[in-house]
Amino acid sequence: MSSVAEMHAIAGQGEIMEVSMGPHHPSTHGVFRMDVRLEGERVVRLKPVFGYLHRNHEKIAEHGAYLGAIPYTDRLDYLCSMTNNWGYVLAVEKLAGLAVPERAEYIRVIVAELTRFQNHAGLVGFLLQDMGASGTPLMYAFREREKILDLFESLSGARMMCNYMRFGGVRVDCSAAWLEEVRQLVGRLPQFVDEFEKLLRGNEILMARTQGVGVLPRELAVNAGVTGPMLRASGVNYDVRKVDRYGIYDRFAFRVPLGEHGDVYDRYMMRILEMRETVTILEQALKDIPAGPVMDPKAKLRGLRPKVGEAYGRIESPKGELGFYLISDGTGNPYRYRVRPPSMINLTILEDMCLGENIADTVIILGSVDIVLGEVDR
Amino acid sequence: MGQDLKELKIELSKNGIFTTTLEELYNWGRKNSVWPLTFGLACCAIEMIATTMARYDLARFGAEVFRPSPRQADLIIVSGTVTKKMAPQVVRLYNQMPEPKYVIAMGACAISGGPFRDGYNVLKGIDRYIPVDVHIPGCPPRPEALIHAFMTLQKKIDEQSLAGADRPRHLQAELPSEFPVPEFGEHGLEPSANRDVFAAQPGNPLKVLQ
Amino acid sequence: MSALLNAEDVKAQIEAGVPGSRVRVIQNGSPSAQHSLLLENEHARAVAEFLRDDAGLRLDYCSLVTGVDWTDRETSEKVKVRKLVQAADGTEQEQEVEEVRKTRVPGYLEAVYHLFSMEKKHGPVILRLRTANRTNDTTLPSLTPVWRSAEFQEREAFDLYGIVFEGHPDLRRILMWEGFADYPMRKDYVPPADDVEVAEVHR
Repeated sequence: MSSVAEMHAIAGQGEIMEVSMGPHHPSTHGVFRMDVRLEGERVVRLKPVFGYLHRNHEKIAEHGAYLGAIPYTDRLDYLCSMTNNWGYVLAVEKLAGLAVPERAEYIRVIVAELTRFQNHAGLVGFLLQDMGASGTPLMYAFREREKILDLFESLSGARMMCNYMRFGGVRVDCSAAWLEEVRQLVGRLPQFVDEFEKLLRGNEILMARTQGVGVLPRELAVNAGVTGPMLRASGVNYDVRKVDRYGIYDRFAFRVPLGEHGDVYDRYMMRILEMRETVTILEQALKDIPAGPVMDPKAKLRGLRPKVGEAYGRIESPKGELGFYLISDGTGNPYRYRVRPPSMINLTILEDMCLGENIADTVIILGSVDIVLGEVDR
Repeated sequence: MGQDLKELKIELSKNGIFTTTLEELYNWGRKNSVWPLTFGLACCAIEMIATTMARYDLARFGAEVFRPSPRQADLIIVSGTVTKKMAPQVVRLYNQMPEPKYVIAMGACAISGGPFRDGYNVLKGIDRYIPVDVHIPGCPPRPEALIHAFMTLQKKIDEQSLAGADRPRHLQAELPSEFPVPEFGEHGLEPSANRDVFAAQPGNPLKVLQ
Repeated sequence: MSALLNAEDVKAQIEAGVPGSRVRVIQNGSPSAQHSLLLENEHARAVAEFLRDDAGLRLDYCSLVTGVDWTDRETSEKVKVRKLVQAADGTEQEQEVEEVRKTRVPGYLEAVYHLFSMEKKHGPVILRLRTANRTNDTTLPSLTPVWRSAEFQEREAFDLYGIVFEGHPDLRRILMWEGFADYPMRKDYVPPADDVEVAEVHR
């Protein structure tokens, strides 16, 4: 990987080919465009272009009530609707000073960790599809994802857009039968992770294509605001679950995997390791979940009018630090509603990672960043 | 076809003679090998991917391969919100598809803008610029709903006749198969809709299939 | 949250570390108690570098950059004034009465920066920068040279609010297309009327 200045200097000599990858592209994870300048096969310049899915989520949320924004948060990172909900309701709870009953906290952890599991499995599947293993790893990942979505559907009524969390708790309680089904699924998940990893571990093509490719140095990762598995693959120990200890995460014993090299292989392994830690958290949460109410009886949902003030609430979503910044002017609509999109901020250093690499590797590097355009563009 | 004719066909087939009309054969071949374009915009795209995965398996309906290139695709499933920034590309992709081509508008956003309708960057429905054959409501529609839409499209293809006034668009030379691509203006797209889109549908554009 | 830093402490450290800077603490009315620091534009870059490099603070991670549109507002407050008031018996006496005084606060655009420290695991420290007005003077110093994470987010504030960040390496629109002329997230934006009449469809 060469410096930006060196690469831009090369871009002035020789024959440069300009390629626009996207917005309709089989491997760009959505409507995303990269304007790439190539010298032969090497990338000398890369500018990401997005906004093709900008649906002005923030303006819609500012025109509606606090409750009405929750279904729209489902559609931000559309693979992980439960964690999006949690980020938003956490911010509102900070803004209005609401408390959450214990059972609701446990349910939140359970659905959030299930979401993290299916996100990481799907990401590994998509990454391998980008490398050319067309379809099979993704089929395995989606097989598990469908089981998790069945659980979400029986709990909240919808597979993907769950609209399940509320400020002050969750919308409905889960039954003992549902918890039993989750226990049975979680019992089989370690075997799936082993099977999934064995499918890919030791695969020469995977090793050659990912090791040493797309290196992200530590200092740049921190300065560029990179968060999530991508940051930890570069060796920085920062997981919002451990730093902020929001919800009841301080009650669970789990490790935070860290990478050494910051290349694509580390990022891919991060997801596998985090899937294992997720199973650990799920086992503990399912063991300790108490009985009780799932909604704070004092929390007003429909007519919520927080005092004038502001709050920034953040969680560790599967993509990184997902935050919501709300400014209240005392009325029922937020004056300013802002989403901190981890996918978009993680894209800041895409050019730095791709310079000097082959054009075929840009697709893999982009895949390892794990972006969802609904979050990048909002 | 009359009842007598049907019985005759059954009798003949029992004796090992298979009869059909050219129209049926043509439609049967086309409806069972509709190859969609890999085109996902937003959340509905994930349900579209789930439909192609092992549980719902769209491949059994003939959509075995999703083609990355529009030149080789028959069907564009517009899945997800079409924004004004993306709309010219969608129309360009549609124009590049060769006839016969079909459009499924999947999800509320592609039909009318959906929950994001009040957006400054959201196109209120893809049928402002290209003709749509099947609309699936939902946000997102379940994979079963997408399969139902696919079967509805297959039924529509099956009922097409090769001759006569209501033959499909690709057999009528005077009907346009490419539509003007909108341009980026200062406040929105120009034009904001293709008024000719609705005229391009032969017969009754809103015929409800029984 | 990670260990919350006391806003007054940070203000004192900044004013000691960057001579000539003046910082104002903006109180936050909500239970989150996340108070923010209003900086002057001319010292903003120096303050940012101080916050990032100071050994005690080490705010190396800029998490969020937000653009906010504060429109012209009217604030009213009750003040006690001594006035001549007509008493019941017809004479005029000086009394203390409560009056509602309305002041017109002109609007401005604001950029809010949420800073954390990955090294020391504390935060947030919230910085605010305000423009002169909402109409013809909407420039602010860019903090992208200090924290790279501000690069795309400042472009977004420029795109949607019209805040011009001086010193930004590549300031152009990011979400809307080049050539779009409006600033859509402002409170006074009116979207174009482009609803197609439905009657035309059922011909």
